[in-house]
Amino acid sequence: MTTTTPVMAPVPGEADTRGRVHSRAERAQKRLTSRTASVAAIVIAVLWTVPTFGLLLTSFRPELDIRRSGWWSMFTDPQFTVDNYNQVLYGGGTDFATLFVNSLVITLPSVVIPITLALLAAYAFAWIPFKGRSVLFVAVFALQIVPLQVTLIPLLSLYVDSGLAGSFWTVWLSHSMFALPLAIFLLHNFMREIPPSLVEAARMDGAGHVKIFFQVLLPLLTPAIAAFGVFQFLWVWNDLLVSLTFASSPDTVPLTVRLADMVGSRGSDWYLLAAGAFVAMVVPLIVFVALQRFFVRGLLAGSVKG
Amino acid sequence: MASIEMKNIVKQYGDGFPAVNDVSLDIADGEFMILVGPSGCGKSTLLRMIVGLEDITSGDMVIGGKRVNDLAPRDRNLSMVFQNYALYPHMTVFENIAFPLRLAKMPDDEVRRRVTEASDVLELKEHLERKPANLSGGQRQRVAMGRAIVRQAEAFLFDEPLSNLDAKLRGQMRTEISRLQRRLGITTVYVTHDQTEAMTLGDRVCVLRKGKIQQVASPRELYEQPVNLFVAGFIGSPPMNFLPATPEGDRLKTPFGDIVLDEKRAAAVAGHELLLVGIRPEYFEDASLVDEAKRPVGSTFRARVDVTEWLGDSQYAYIPYDAPDSIKAQLRDLSKELDSEELRTQAIVSIDATSRIREGRDAEFWLDSRKVHVFDPESGDNLTRDAEAGAELTRLATEDRLEHAQEAQGRDSDARGGATAVSVG
Repeated sequence: MTTTTPVMAPVPGEADTRGRVHSRAERAQKRLTSRTASVAAIVIAVLWTVPTFGLLLTSFRPELDIRRSGWWSMFTDPQFTVDNYNQVLYGGGTDFATLFVNSLVITLPSVVIPITLALLAAYAFAWIPFKGRSVLFVAVFALQIVPLQVTLIPLLSLYVDSGLAGSFWTVWLSHSMFALPLAIFLLHNFMREIPPSLVEAARMDGAGHVKIFFQVLLPLLTPAIAAFGVFQFLWVWNDLLVSLTFASSPDTVPLTVRLADMVGSRGSDWYLLAAGAFVAMVVPLIVFVALQRFFVRGLLAGSVKG
Repeated sequence: MASIEMKNIVKQYGDGFPAVNDVSLDIADGEFMILVGPSGCGKSTLLRMIVGLEDITSGDMVIGGKRVNDLAPRDRNLSMVFQNYALYPHMTVFENIAFPLRLAKMPDDEVRRRVTEASDVLELKEHLERKPANLSGGQRQRVAMGRAIVRQAEAFLFDEPLSNLDAKLRGQMRTEISRLQRRLGITTVYVTHDQTEAMTLGDRVCVLRKGKIQQVASPRELYEQPVNLFVAGFIGSPPMNFLPATPEGDRLKTPFGDIVLDEKRAAAVAGHELLLVGIRPEYFEDASLVDEAKRPVGSTFRARVDVTEWLGDSQYAYIPYDAPDSIKAQLRDLSKELDSEELRTQAIVSIDATSRIREGRDAEFWLDSRKVHVFDPESGDNLTRDAEAGAELTRLATEDRLEHAQEAQGRDSDARGGATAVSVG
């Protein structure tokens, strides 16, 4: 709460809540920085990283070695090659560059579309009083209960009927649909945290809804938008199910689907799996490292309150 | 600049509760009007209806001769200062003040000129490039005022603007607001629950109780000629003392001896059995310190002093008294309504700082009976109110205001060569 809400003039009565949060945060900090906690954290980190580290080593080993022995034999018999990466990126059968572009083309609109729509919806839910607002809001949020898998077949038949099948639109639309309830809910909560008097002051100053939205609220919502953006980006980039269902034609297939193929149908190429996985991981890693500040902030924002 | 007229304004919430009930109020052009009352009396709601942030259930809101009931806030051309300032946290002080001008699509150099002028008036010059988060409470308050004065609004509206500041700063900002309003001569409506602000700032004060206007008058009239028990109890600090009394001819029998009334008042209170006498603390005095010449206009009585408080320039004594249960209950209700906690029936008496009266002892007090008011405990009405004298007080205050405003504006335009004046003319 303290990090996401932009600093405003203190409102009376907030001081004590802030004090409580502060002391709670202090307690948590004390506990989390103790020696045992540090040891536990290191153990967990090592356990989690070792397989990834093994994958990294494997991706640089020659094909024969990969087939014959585990990655740990690298230490006794070090042999490095970048052949795997060469083959993954430029090798004829699995043109990773195209897949990479496909993944990007799928992911970016699938992040931008739901955020744009959710921002508008959240604004209306938060600041425009209309009949049945709360009922509608609960209904939207309740949509999250519907499991994604249930909708796949009906959606597919809809797409086929409307002639969208085979284009990127199917994936974009599907991802947007699945993301919207949570996006609206999160952004709405962020908007409600902005003091109403700020919006009222803007109205007094002569701003309409559009001006209030773009000039007053949007700048204050950047942390929230970034947090949800990272979430959604990672989700879509790593998604297999939706892409497999809607985007399996050669023109639209993303990285994840081809990676899965390597193990399954194209079993002969499985030694390329490690290199392929690393190529696929590069983008999410960059995104996460660059925006992790917002990511952590966004996650904390919902949790501290209440 | 414009006058604001309210005709039978009602605000009813969904559950039928009238937060503002049949309020009619005329605010003259350039006048400083205070809306005051205990919490929940509807003063903020009324203010929000003037600016358009709250719908009006029925009645007419006329600003500058135009009915504005159905106009959006931005079409009413009013500016408001919020209790928590409502500054835009992501903008610099300059952009905060310039925001309304930018929305009005004013050219850049005009914006710069006006913001510079406003920041000069409010002494914000060296903070223009800072963000609100890096300002102190008083500075934020001034930025909020800058945003209000920078455009040529019809009126200023303040919603308890000083309640977030500490006591010392509050005093400074109070005089600042008063000076600014006099200088700009702009119609101002100011909501507060602080009666010091109400008494010092306002040309006229409107006392509200449960959504209804009790009295609209100059601070002096409110203090000297309150219309009922509520107003009398609300205005003044320490508050007015209410003693039970029974009339006997031209005398009132009270726990503190008999009070002699003049003919007019005696006639006004005749026919009642039980009454409440309202006596301000400063109408009392230590009997030994009263001039011989003054003694005959009041009465003296002996009473036991419970506690004394010596404050250097003044001294208060607390004198407990007995009252019938019905009166006790009523006084308790009244103090509850006035947001205070009156635990016992006691009179607060202001005596000279040099007085040697000590607590726990009997002492002789003198009471100036010329100024006491007598209230009907049933209806709360002031039976001895002199409406003419009251009206005269308010008329004098209005005259003072007009004279003062002219002077201030004349001085202002002289100082600036009369060319630019202040941005809000």
